[in-house]
Amino acid sequence: MLEGWVIVGASFAYIGLLFAIAFYADRRADAGRSVIANPWIYSLSLAVYATAWTFYGSVGRAASDGVGFLPIYIGPTLMIVLWWLVVRKMIRIAKLNRTTSLADFVAARYGRSALIGGLVTVIAVIGILPYISLQLKAISTSFQILMEYPQIVMPAKAGALSVMQDTAFYVALFLAMFTIAFGTRQLDAAERHEGMVAAIAFESIVKLVAFLAVGVFVTFVMYDGPGDIFERAARRPDLAALMTPFGGAAGGYASWVWLTVLSMMAIMFLPRQFQVAVIENVDERHVKRAMWVFPLYMLAINLFVLPIAIGGLLHFPDNVDADTFVLTLPMARGNEALALLVFIGGLSAATGMVIVETIALSTMVCNDLVMPLVLRLRKYRLAERDLSTLLLDIRRAAIVAILMMGYFYYLLAGEAYALVSIGLISFSAVAQFGPVMIGGLYWKGATRAGALTGLTAGFLVWTYTLLLPAFAKSGWLGFGIEFLERGPFGIELLRPTQLFGLTGLDQITHAMIWSFIANVGLYIGVSVLGRQSAAEHAQATLFVDVYKQTGERGLQWRGTASASSLQTLLGRFQGPARAAELFSAYARERGLKSVEELEGDAELVRYAELQLAGTIGAASARAMVATVAQEDPLGIDEVMTILDEASQVIAYSHRLEDQQRELEAATSELKAANDRLKELDRMKDDFISTVTHELRTPLTSIRAFSEILHDNPDLDAAERQRFLGLVIKESERLTRLINQVLDLAKIESGLALWNTGELDLREIVVDAVNATSPLFRSKGVAIETAMPALVPAVVADRDRLTQVLLNLLSNAVKFCPAGTGRVQVRLAADIGGVLVEVRDNGPGISPEHQAMIFEKFRQVGDTLTQKPSGTGLGLSICRRIIGHFGGRLWVESAPGRGSVFSFVLPCPTAS
Amino acid sequence: MSHRILIAEDEESIVASLEFLMRRSGFETRTAADGREALQCVADFHPDLVILDLMLPFKSGLEVCAEIRARPEWRETRVLMLTARGGANEEGLLAGADDYLSKPFATRELVARVRALLVLAPLRPEAGS
Repeated sequence: MLEGWVIVGASFAYIGLLFAIAFYADRRADAGRSVIANPWIYSLSLAVYATAWTFYGSVGRAASDGVGFLPIYIGPTLMIVLWWLVVRKMIRIAKLNRTTSLADFVAARYGRSALIGGLVTVIAVIGILPYISLQLKAISTSFQILMEYPQIVMPAKAGALSVMQDTAFYVALFLAMFTIAFGTRQLDAAERHEGMVAAIAFESIVKLVAFLAVGVFVTFVMYDGPGDIFERAARRPDLAALMTPFGGAAGGYASWVWLTVLSMMAIMFLPRQFQVAVIENVDERHVKRAMWVFPLYMLAINLFVLPIAIGGLLHFPDNVDADTFVLTLPMARGNEALALLVFIGGLSAATGMVIVETIALSTMVCNDLVMPLVLRLRKYRLAERDLSTLLLDIRRAAIVAILMMGYFYYLLAGEAYALVSIGLISFSAVAQFGPVMIGGLYWKGATRAGALTGLTAGFLVWTYTLLLPAFAKSGWLGFGIEFLERGPFGIELLRPTQLFGLTGLDQITHAMIWSFIANVGLYIGVSVLGRQSAAEHAQATLFVDVYKQTGERGLQWRGTASASSLQTLLGRFQGPARAAELFSAYARERGLKSVEELEGDAELVRYAELQLAGTIGAASARAMVATVAQEDPLGIDEVMTILDEASQVIAYSHRLEDQQRELEAATSELKAANDRLKELDRMKDDFISTVTHELRTPLTSIRAFSEILHDNPDLDAAERQRFLGLVIKESERLTRLINQVLDLAKIESGLALWNTGELDLREIVVDAVNATSPLFRSKGVAIETAMPALVPAVVADRDRLTQVLLNLLSNAVKFCPAGTGRVQVRLAADIGGVLVEVRDNGPGISPEHQAMIFEKFRQVGDTLTQKPSGTGLGLSICRRIIGHFGGRLWVESAPGRGSVFSFVLPCPTAS
Repeated sequence: MSHRILIAEDEESIVASLEFLMRRSGFETRTAADGREALQCVADFHPDLVILDLMLPFKSGLEVCAEIRARPEWRETRVLMLTARGGANEEGLLAGADDYLSKPFATRELVARVRALLVLAPLRPEAGS
C-alpha cells in the first residue's frame, strides 16, 4: 500500500541519495579528481532543461494540442547545432572574466554596468517565478494525487486551503532548505558547484528512466504497442486531430515558429541553462559531445508523450486532468511501484530545476542587485569587517525569497493556466535576453544605452501582454476579465492580448511579436544612434574579439594600489585566510619569496579584481577595487590605441594594399607615358631626318648646277639659261619648304600668332578663288562656286583660313586633268557651323591613302612613278589650322571618282 | 668604246645635272626614274656603271643594287649609290654598292669617283674566276 509515510520516506531517501552523490563529487573535486570533467556528465546536466513541465506537462499539452508540444524540444535541438560557435564563445568569455551569472555576463559586456546587471536580475527573477511556481504545483499535485491512492481524485484548487495546510507551501519551504544546503556551501560561484552538477546529471537519468518506464507500461502493457494506440485514436475524430502538425489542435505556423524561437532562446538564456552550460563547464570540448547527446535525450524523453496522452484520453473520462496522466495511468492499473517511480521522477525533474534555477537567481540577486546597493552604503564600504558571511546570508535569503515568491505566484495565478502555459510565460521573459546576449557576442557597436532600453521595453511589453493577463485571469490586482476584453480605460487598441488590433494569434505568439519588435528595435536603434564610452568599448572588444586574445584580459587598470590594501579587500569578501592563500599563490607564481615583496602594480590590481569578480560579480568588483586603487583616467584615445591595435594593423595592411595598387597603377601610367615619349622622340627624329632629306634634294641640284656653271664657262647661252632657271626653281622650292617646316613647327609648339576675329567665309572663298584663277586658267581647269546669300560668321584667323583654301584649291587643280578638269567650291551652313567643300574630278584617292595624305611629307601622286610637286606638308598644316579653331578637315574620295576635301568651322551664333 | 652610265634618279633637276656631267666626261648615258625602270635598263643597256639613288619609287636603290649583285652576268656592273640621308651610308655598301656619295655632292668628286670605279674595275679580283 502507498501510505503517506512511504511516499514521504521515498522522497527523503531520494533526496538523501542526491546529497550523497553531491558530497562524493565535491570530495572528488577537492581531491583533484573531478567526476564532472566528463562530457557525458556535462551533456546530462544540460537536461535540467526537462523539468516537471516536460515530465507532466508535455502529456497535458499533447492531450489538448497533439504534436503541438514538440516546438519546445525542436528549438533546443536546432539551437545546439550552433553551440560550438555561440556557447563556446560564451564559455571562453565567462572564464576570462570569472563570470558568476547571466546577469553578470550581460553587465560585463555593457561596460560593467551595475544598472544592466540589476535589470537583468529583475527580469530573470520576475520572469522565472511562474516557472518555479509550476514546479511547486507539479510536486504538490502529484503528491496529493498519490496520497489518495487507490482512488484517483483531482486535488483541491490552490488557495482553497489555508497556507498552513497547503502541500505546495511545504514543498516550497523544503526546496528552499534543500537548495541552501546544496548551493551556498561555498562562496565563490565561479568555483564550480561540482556536487550540484553531478546530482543534476543523476536526476536527468532518473527522470528519463521513470518517464520511459511509464511510456513502456502504457504502450505495451495497457495497450498492444504504439500501433494499437494510434489505431484506436484514429477511430476517434477528436483524437485523430492531435496527430496533425500545423493547424487544427497543434496551432498554426506562426505559433510553431515562435515557440521554436522561444525555446531556442530558452536553452541558452534560462538562468539555470546558462549556469550548467557556461558557468559550470569545465572544458570547452564537452560542448561537442553535448551537441549530439542532448538532442538524443530530447528525443528519448518525447518518444512516449503522444502514446501516453492518447492512452490517458482513451482510458479516462473527462474528469482527469491530462497533466496528471503520467501518474494516474499507472495508478489506475494498480501498479504501485511504477506510480512511486513516476512520483520520484517528477520530483527529480522539479528539484533539479529548482536547485539550479534558484542558485543561479540567488547569485544574480546577491551579486547584481543587493551587493551594488550594499556597497553604496558607506558603512559597509569602509568598515574593516568580513563580508563573506554577509554574502552567504544574502544568497540564502534570496533563495528563500525566490521560492516564497514562486509559491505566491502559484497561489495567485497557478490555477489559471496549465503547466505548459505557465512555462511559456517564463520562456518569453527569458527570450528578452536573446538580442542583448547574441548582439553582445558579435556586434561591437551595441551600446549600454541600447541594451538598457531594449531590455526594458521588451520586459515591459512582456509584463503587459503576458504577466498582467495572467493576474487578470486570476482576478488579482483588481483587474477583472474586463481589462482583458475591453482594454485599459476601455481603449480597445490597448487590449493586452490583442495589442494594436493584432488578432488571430495565440497569446504567446502575440506577446513575442510585440516584445521583440520593441526589444530588438530599440536595442539596435539606440545603439546605432548613440556613442560608446571608453569603458564600454573596451568591454565590447574583449567580448566580441575574445578568440583574438591571448588569455589575459586587456589592460584594465593603469593605476596602482598597495598590495596589503588589496589583500585586505579580498579578505573582507572571501575571508582573510583565503585571501592570504590567493596572494601567496600569486607571489609564488611571480617567483617572489613572500607576499610582502608584491608590488601593487596594475597586474596585481587586475588579479585581485578578477578574484573578487568571482565572488561578487564584475560590476561590484570593479566598484570595490576602485575604493583602494588609484586609477589614472583612461582616455578614449588610449583605450582605442590599446584595444584596436589589431584592427589598426588590419586597417594599415589594407592601406598598404591600397598604396601598392596605386603604385602599380602609377607605374603602368608612367610606363605608358614613357612609351608615348619614346614614340614622340622617335617621331621627332623621323621628322628631322625627313626634313633633312627633303632639304638635301633641292640643295643637291642647286650645288650641282652652280658647280657646272662655274666649271664650264664655255657653255652656250641657252644651256646656261636653262641651268640657271633650274637653280632658281630649286631655290624657291627650298625656301617654300623651310617656310612650311617653320610654320608647322610654330603651330605645333603653340608659338604661332593668330589674329582671331569674326569672319565671313564667303569673302575668304572669293579671295582664294581669285588668287588661284591664273593657275586654273593656265591648266584649263574650270572653277565654280556655290554660296548662300548669308552664312553665319566664324571666329578664325583670316590669313590662315585663306592659306587653307589656297592649299586645297592648288591641290585640286594639281590633280585635275588638264583641259577637262573641274573644281567646285561649295559653302553651306551646317549643324553648329559652316561647311566648306572643295570638289575635284581628279583621279581620286584610294581608302588606304586617305589617312596617309594628312601625315607630314606624305604625298600621293596620280601615279606612283612620279612624285607630285609640293612639300608634303600642306594638308598637315591645313588640318592643324582648322583644328585650332575647333573645326574638322577630312576627305571623301574613291579612285576614279574625284575627291572632296571638306572642313567645318563652328560658329558662336549657331550653337 | 665609251663607257655606258645609267642614271637612276627620280628628281628631274638632279637627273639633268648628272646627265650633263656624265656626257661632258664622254660617257654614254641613259636615265631611269624609278627602281623597276632602272632594272629594265640594266638588262637592255648593259651599263658599266649605275648611279643609283637610294630613294626610288616602286623599288628602292638598295633593292635594285641587291638584284644587280644577285645576277652573275651583271657582276661587273659598278654601282655608285647616292643618298640624301646623312650618316646611313654603310647599308648601301652592305647591299653590294662599290661606292657612295651623299647629297649634296661636289660634282668634281662625283666625276672622279665614277672614273676611278671604271678604271679600277679590271684590277678587282673577279668573283668566280
